[in-house]
Amino acid sequence: MNKKTHSKQIASFYEKYGILVILLVEIAFFAVKCPNFMTVDNLFLVSRQVSFYGIAAVGMTMVLLVGEIDISVGSILAFSGCLSAVLMTKCNVPIWAACLIALAVSTLFGVISGTVTAIGKVPSLITTLAMQTIIKGCTYLMTGGSAISGLSDRFKFLGQGFLADLIPFPVVILILMFILGYLILNKTYIGRRIYAVGGNKEASRLSGISTVGIVIGTFVCSAFVSGIAGILMAARLGSGMSSVGSGFEMEVLTAAVLGGVSLQGGKGNVLNVLVGSFIIGILANGLVMLGVIEYWQWIIKGLVFVCAVIVSNIVIFIDRN
Amino acid sequence: MRYCKKAQYRISIIMNWQVISMKENQDILIIENLTKTYGTTLALDHVSLSFRKGEVHALIGENGAGKSTLSKMIAGAVSPTEGTITINGKQLSSLTPVQAKELGIGMVYQEFNLVAELPVYENLFVGKEIRKGVFIDRRTMIKKSEEIFREMGVSIDCTKKIKDLSVAYCQLVEIAKALLENSQVLILDEPTAPITNKEVELLFQVIRKLKAEGIAIIYISHRLEEIFQICDRISVLRDAKHIKTMAVSETTREELISLMIGRELSQEFPLRGKDFDYEGAKTVLKLEHLTNKYIKDISFELKQGEILGLAGLVGAGRTEILRAIFGADHVSAGEIFVHGKKSVIRKPGDGIANGIALIPEDRKREGLMLFLPIAHNMTITIIKKLCKFLLISRSREKKQLDDSVKLLSIKNSSLSKPVSDLSGGNQQKVVLAKWLSTTCDIFLFDEPTRGIDVGAKKEIYDFLFKLKAEGKSMIVVSSEMSEILNLTDRILVMHEGKLTGELRYQDATQEKILTLASGFGI
Repeated sequence: MNKKTHSKQIASFYEKYGILVILLVEIAFFAVKCPNFMTVDNLFLVSRQVSFYGIAAVGMTMVLLVGEIDISVGSILAFSGCLSAVLMTKCNVPIWAACLIALAVSTLFGVISGTVTAIGKVPSLITTLAMQTIIKGCTYLMTGGSAISGLSDRFKFLGQGFLADLIPFPVVILILMFILGYLILNKTYIGRRIYAVGGNKEASRLSGISTVGIVIGTFVCSAFVSGIAGILMAARLGSGMSSVGSGFEMEVLTAAVLGGVSLQGGKGNVLNVLVGSFIIGILANGLVMLGVIEYWQWIIKGLVFVCAVIVSNIVIFIDRN
Repeated sequence: MRYCKKAQYRISIIMNWQVISMKENQDILIIENLTKTYGTTLALDHVSLSFRKGEVHALIGENGAGKSTLSKMIAGAVSPTEGTITINGKQLSSLTPVQAKELGIGMVYQEFNLVAELPVYENLFVGKEIRKGVFIDRRTMIKKSEEIFREMGVSIDCTKKIKDLSVAYCQLVEIAKALLENSQVLILDEPTAPITNKEVELLFQVIRKLKAEGIAIIYISHRLEEIFQICDRISVLRDAKHIKTMAVSETTREELISLMIGRELSQEFPLRGKDFDYEGAKTVLKLEHLTNKYIKDISFELKQGEILGLAGLVGAGRTEILRAIFGADHVSAGEIFVHGKKSVIRKPGDGIANGIALIPEDRKREGLMLFLPIAHNMTITIIKKLCKFLLISRSREKKQLDDSVKLLSIKNSSLSKPVSDLSGGNQQKVVLAKWLSTTCDIFLFDEPTRGIDVGAKKEIYDFLFKLKAEGKSMIVVSSEMSEILNLTDRILVMHEGKLTGELRYQDATQEKILTLASGFGI
């Protein structure tokens, strides 16, 4: 009996401060272990790196909140970066138009995933797994597998530049996206409906909510922000690369789940996902600095993801019993 | 030949009765000072009770009185903080679900634990399949299953899949499962909540049979009529305490209610006003030949300020009519007129736009986002209207919530807590609040008081009459005959998807409704 209240307290403490504690412990660990970690340059590097996961994680959060999953984000990231690069270098399309077209096509992928999932009743894991391969195919067809270089400096600014010579440009977009995500999810009726659909789809439908519309909408959001992340990534790398998105969905998913978003839907706070993104970004950066070889990094990332899901399930179990 | 068998069977029952009467006072299960605390809340407070062989012992009380805690402790699902449980002379201070089973305790929960895609006999033997080597011995399992059902006096095809059975039969399968474990004490938690009156009779036959075989049955129910029909003794719990145990013959319905709620309940149903004036009333809803997979050629009218009852057996299509009107199910033919205007209702949103609200039967699955805050549940239907541009206006939402809480006197400490923290009655009020804040004027209630306690029931009844007084129109589906007879102005009876009759409340009797519901004209 006391054990039960005790575990409830621990669960609610974890829900409130758990990831902040993890983040601080992680920072402290790497700060002690590698002397170069706490340098200004490295912290800028990390935050720039985090931006890509974080931006995509805002969309992923919405998809997870309605109880679905999107594993095509990595492919969309690569696709949108390559398409904008191809448009600019091979078709001489201006930057803004190239970006808009890349975002529009990315969004279209979201519409397809969402429609197949919501109307076709195909589990989203399957839909987006298929989409992942399809989009990857499109990307390689477009680029022939080689990197598209020769991008203008103005475009590269999107990934490499600083706002007011201080904040890396992708970080600006990251902050913007989280503010937008927070507003949509917490302050608008659309957000309420997203939580409602994730909380109980049938009850939501019987409350007059177009569940199909909401589900498609979240996939569109996810694809759209992945498209943005892709453009920024291409600008950061200075070229459109087809191989860039592999494993990206894992990092994005981990960031969201660490941030307390439940894979069962209806539960999670987008601001915590920002912290989750930093945990993932710092982990990746710290492991590189420690000289851990890449194969081990994969294993560690996989373990972190599975542990995050297990912890999230335990917290929910304690909460609801 | 057949007659012979029947006679034999009767004799065996009579003999059983004699055996029982000899052993009547044998207590098979004794609980002493059983206490359970969760943190600072007392779920059960030093309760001592005894259960005899071959008796049906009712456990009644309002929601939260401690009935389920007590029964879960007996079944080993919850361990006591204090006190002992004695089963068949063996005294224990705590027991596990496996131990409880071994000692002969069987429990049938409200939610069934059956695998829909598997046949009946496999469900009976899940986890303890009879095998020949590595192969499943289908024939023996079927034979044993048939034996169990024969003992229960139930005819059922054991090779049928669970999903093809009605709820009542699923329940009998659950009971059979418990019997297969050689249960000597059988706990039935709200066994009649999901089934119809006709099926209740079948369940009672089974209970009587089990009782004759010396099994002790703990019967948890909100329906007092049934308790008088089937039970021998009644124990009343209130606020975690044992209030009184008495023989059914020594008590009355009124006494039970006052014991349960701790005060006199002047009247269960609100007093009717004057009779409904059908000629003068406007028609708000008119169905013409409405047809889909579940309902056939349904035509009727609903008047303004009327409470129209829909009676019939489970599966007769009552719920399905409500769902079709609301737009939750596809309609293949027929027309719906709302306020005289032909309306196309294809999805729930269309129903709501036409001023129709559906309060569904299964609030946990269809009515509520159980783990979302109470506040979000209450305003989800009108959240768009509470917005300025896209943003939700906090002040508007707060005002709306204050109104709802006041209107329904919902008890809750904080609106940001999940709905799952509330009792059944208060959860139902949250569903009501969700619809009352809309501009809907036609309310479709599907089993509005299912699984909620006496006090909350009365509040819901009062509420229906209040809505009626405000000129709102309602269709009420209920399996509780007393609700149909006492709340409605007019009753439509259904049988297998068709309307079989219409009765004004003045002419309606239980017999007439049952006759129509079983498909015979009057």
